[in-house]
Amino acid sequence: MKTVADLKALREKLQSEMQVRSDSGTKVVVGMGTCGIAAGAREVMAALLDEIAKRKLQDVHVEQTGCIGMCEKEVLVDVIRPGEDRITYGKVKPSDAVRIIGDHVVNGKIVQELVVGRIERQKK
Amino acid sequence: MKELSLNILDLAQNGIKAGAKLISLEVNEDEAGYFVFRVRDDGCGMTPDMVQKIRDPFFTTRTTRKVGMGVSLVDMLTTQCGGHLDITSVPGKGTLMEAYFAKDNIDRPPLGDLPVTMKVLVVGAPDLDFTLTYKHGATGFMFDTRKLRSELGQLADFTSPVLYEWVEAFVRENIKAIHEKLEG
Repeated sequence: MKTVADLKALREKLQSEMQVRSDSGTKVVVGMGTCGIAAGAREVMAALLDEIAKRKLQDVHVEQTGCIGMCEKEVLVDVIRPGEDRITYGKVKPSDAVRIIGDHVVNGKIVQELVVGRIERQKK
Repeated sequence: MKELSLNILDLAQNGIKAGAKLISLEVNEDEAGYFVFRVRDDGCGMTPDMVQKIRDPFFTTRTTRKVGMGVSLVDMLTTQCGGHLDITSVPGKGTLMEAYFAKDNIDRPPLGDLPVTMKVLVVGAPDLDFTLTYKHGATGFMFDTRKLRSELGQLADFTSPVLYEWVEAFVRENIKAIHEKLEG
C-alpha cells in the first residue's frame, strides 16, 4: 500500500518529468462551479487528466475556473494552445476527452462540433 | 448531484473562492450514528447575517455569478436524510461546514468517488494545501499535501500527472484498506 513515507520512487519519476515541464505549454480550463459539477465537470476533468497521463503529455496544464454564466452549456472546457485562439467547448462529456486531447491539444485540430465560443488570441 | 463526494468538491470550491490557503476535509462513515462530512477553510469567512442567508437557494454573494446554490443543496439533502447542516464561520478566519446524515438512511446518496474528488481538487488549486481525514468510527487515515510538500520540496507540483495519479491511488488504497479491516 502507498504511504507518504514511501516516496523514493515517486521522487525519481517526478524528477525526470520536471525537466520537460514549463509554463509555455497548452492550457486546458474546466468550469468547476456548482453548475459545472452538477453537469459532470469532475468526470470530464478526470477523463482529461487520465488522457494526459496515458499519453505522457508533459507540458499540458489543466486548470479550473468558476461559473462563467453559460450554465446551460456546462460542462465547459477551454483549450488555449500557445499563439492560437482560445477555443471554448460546451456540453462536454467524459468520452470527448480523447478527441479534445488527441485532436486539438496534441495535433492542433479543433473539434468543431463541440465548439461554443472562440476568443481571438491577443496580439502583442 | 448523485454523490456526496460531488457536494464535497462543490463546498471546497467555495473555500477556494474565499481565498483559503488550507482546506481540510473530513469524512466519518460512522460517528455516533451519523454519516458525517466536514469542509473547513481558512478563507475570508462570513458574517452571522450571511451565514443565516446562505441556506436560501436564492441568496448569493455574487454580483455577476460567483457563489450559488451549493450550500442550500447540501442543507436540503441533510434534512431529507434525518440529519442537519451546521455552519460555523468567523469573518477573517474561515468557515466550517458540517453535514450530518442519519447513518442508515436509505435516501442518503452514496459517498461516491472521493479519490477522484481529491485528485481534481489538488490539480485545480495546486498552490493550496488540502487535508483529508477519513474515518470509520475510530479507524482511519489522513492525507496531507503539506506532508508531500515537505517530502518532495520543489518536486511537489500537483499538476504533474505522476503526482496527481499518486494522490488518487493513495486515497483509494487507504479507503479500501479501512473497509477490508472492518470486514476482516
